[in-house]
Amino acid sequence: MTLGGLFSRAVAALGGLSGLRRRQGELHQISGPASRKFDAVRSEEEARREDGRARLAEHVPPPELDETSDPRAELVVALLLIAAAVAFAGFVVFYVVSEDTQLLGFCIGLGLVLAGVASALAGKRVVIQEKSTEEYKDYGDREEQIQVEDHLVEGKVGVTRRKLLFSSLAAVGAALGAAAVMPIASLGPRVGEKVYETPWSAGKKVVDETGKPITLDTLSAGEFITGFPAGASKDDIGSPLVIVRLETDELELPADRAESAPAGYVAYSKICTHAGCAVSLFRYPTFDETQPGPALVCPCHYSTFNPADGGKVLFGPAGRPLPQLPLRVGAGGVLEAAGGFYEPIGPSYGGIREAPGEQPL
Amino acid sequence: MIHRAIGALDERLGAANPLKRTLRYVFPDHWTFMLGEIAMYCFAILVITGIFLTFWYVPSDAKLHYTGSYVPLQGTSMSESFASVMHISFDVPAGLLIRQTHHWAADVFIVAIVLHLVRILLTGAYRKPRELNYWLGVTMLGLAILEGFLGYSLVDDLLSGMGLAIAYGVAMSVPFVGGQFAFLVWNGEFPGTSSFFPRLEILHVFLIPMAIATLLALHLAQVVRQHHTQFPEEGSERVVRGTPTWPGYALRSIGLFLVVAGVLFLLGGLVQINPIWEWGPYAPYLSTNGAQPDWYVGWLIGALRLMPPLEIVIGGYTVVPSPFWGGALFPGIVFGVLYFWPALARRLHLDDRRKHNLLDRPRDNPKRTAIVVAFLVWVFTVFAAGATDRFYFRSFISYEGQVWFFRAFALLVPILVYFVTKRVCEELRAREEHPLRGWSGSLIERNQAQGFKKIVDRSDRSH
Repeated sequence: MTLGGLFSRAVAALGGLSGLRRRQGELHQISGPASRKFDAVRSEEEARREDGRARLAEHVPPPELDETSDPRAELVVALLLIAAAVAFAGFVVFYVVSEDTQLLGFCIGLGLVLAGVASALAGKRVVIQEKSTEEYKDYGDREEQIQVEDHLVEGKVGVTRRKLLFSSLAAVGAALGAAAVMPIASLGPRVGEKVYETPWSAGKKVVDETGKPITLDTLSAGEFITGFPAGASKDDIGSPLVIVRLETDELELPADRAESAPAGYVAYSKICTHAGCAVSLFRYPTFDETQPGPALVCPCHYSTFNPADGGKVLFGPAGRPLPQLPLRVGAGGVLEAAGGFYEPIGPSYGGIREAPGEQPL
Repeated sequence: MIHRAIGALDERLGAANPLKRTLRYVFPDHWTFMLGEIAMYCFAILVITGIFLTFWYVPSDAKLHYTGSYVPLQGTSMSESFASVMHISFDVPAGLLIRQTHHWAADVFIVAIVLHLVRILLTGAYRKPRELNYWLGVTMLGLAILEGFLGYSLVDDLLSGMGLAIAYGVAMSVPFVGGQFAFLVWNGEFPGTSSFFPRLEILHVFLIPMAIATLLALHLAQVVRQHHTQFPEEGSERVVRGTPTWPGYALRSIGLFLVVAGVLFLLGGLVQINPIWEWGPYAPYLSTNGAQPDWYVGWLIGALRLMPPLEIVIGGYTVVPSPFWGGALFPGIVFGVLYFWPALARRLHLDDRRKHNLLDRPRDNPKRTAIVVAFLVWVFTVFAAGATDRFYFRSFISYEGQVWFFRAFALLVPILVYFVTKRVCEELRAREEHPLRGWSGSLIERNQAQGFKKIVDRSDRSH
């Protein structure tokens, strides 16, 4: 058998679950009302053809009725049902004994599949096989449409100040609509300045995930760590920083940020400016000659930022740089913020958020 | 017994006539007509397994320390939502089976809807008088995708949190209204307040399922009222031919339901899906590489990744941020095309304005088939682009190179596919050849006695 033949058999098996060879039963045409109806359809068709309106071939194969019995199929169906019952009983037993997900799933799934095959097989082999016809209804009755229209129009009979009434109705509809949607505004606060606010300000100490201060000794060049403002919520998207340490000669920061990266420590908001995921990947060349330079990468859509150059976008869909937080060294070598972020943090915000580099916040 | 039951119902409700008509109702047969049925049966399994899950799920962002039986996460700080799903997975008997079956059913549900839609588009089943039902179907597809996304977002594991962060980013990116819309949904800035998860839950377990169930009922009612379409081998524009409900069709359809349910439970029991304990709980400062959403969100991930960093900035204000194009405009275009397709196909003279009960074979309308296939290839190219990072780890092709490749591929290949598909359809139509089964028909030869002799008979291979 060809590949195509195999496929068509598989499809046929799917279609009617008719993988078994169709039994050779005698087909006889239905007598009685069904065929009479069918004849009526045919003669109407002929009339239509005479009208010259019928464009499509209207041949319909005759109805079929196959009443021959198939004791072997009945036996197979019974066996399948018994096997399904065993599988379902197995589910009950395993539920009591072991609660194992695989065993439970196997039993209930197998039981359902067996019962389903039994049912489909019964539909195909055990019960009578019948092909009958029904007419498609051709909806659209002009007369009834006109009657509906007339009934609707009756509504304005005897109404004199129609315009006034309709205007008032429109007014109440609009007002009620407005009143009905107003409570939607209760669902959340106004955006306002909230998106610009972060817990960072000059002097805020930088701590790690466990709350331990991050000092000048925490990282070597080429390492990175997640930092938070001491005492603030870690779940605020204004909080998390990704701090990397670069060699000081690697830095290419703009002149006005020259002081923002003590000892090569440079800090950025960890929230991607594209869609708000955490920028948790750091690429650092192990062999400068051939490998691309350091980069911070967001694993959601692979926006790639340059930590040496103020978080500039190197690749990917982000439209603006990763916001940088200026750092300075406080007492005991502890890193602290030297101010707020240079740019607004978080995903870009249609219509309101300022463009990059406009003004430090 | 049956006699008395029918008598009782008929005397009170006049049920005999509708029952008789229901039992004699004719279903035309074709294997592609099962796709919608499979979707419906997946929905039934989703409702049944979902009810079980609601008895355990807690929609709360309140933090607690995990004390359940999964040892590696014991003592970890997590939300009550995540902890309740951990509880379902490890401490509720059969809980993991039900949860995984629910998840698998959602994935199969949307596969079945999409294939059903493809069949409808390729055979012209959406044409008059069935446009209303087509629109209901497209709406249900949209709702199903949203429902699935909300479902895996409820868990509050690392993947669902990353997905919600992106959803927030996309919502924020809608020009002018997006920021306020996001604040209304999340009740403030991401990750939202304690009212956010209850909102997700009521949407996922009640509002959207009820909407889908209602539309599904209307969808079926319309099929019953108009009768199912069929291919020309069996019926005609005026007569539908097929198996009556009782007994043949009902038994087969019940069989299909049971097999679908069985396969879903086998998947749920034997094939792991969304192992949340491997990802752990979410916090906004956490993310992981190799994160992939459920398949039906992949096209959006792909679109977000392919889009170059194009932002419209006017006078210091970002009017259109980058996620808008891939996350909002792209699905908007796809669903827009789907909704307007019946009108668009008429406008492009792919379809006429007459009523159609007979389906086209895809080849019968080469231009329509070619446009539909090109459209699907476009969407699925973007979908495939959502997996570039996975491919990067298994190959030596750079990530940037792949993104550029897919950008070009998504723009050029649909055009190529259009011409190839059109040509293939025209050839098949001209030769009356089936792509898999070959040629079917009979060759006859007139002989000396003015009679005909069949020299080749392959007419039985037509169906």
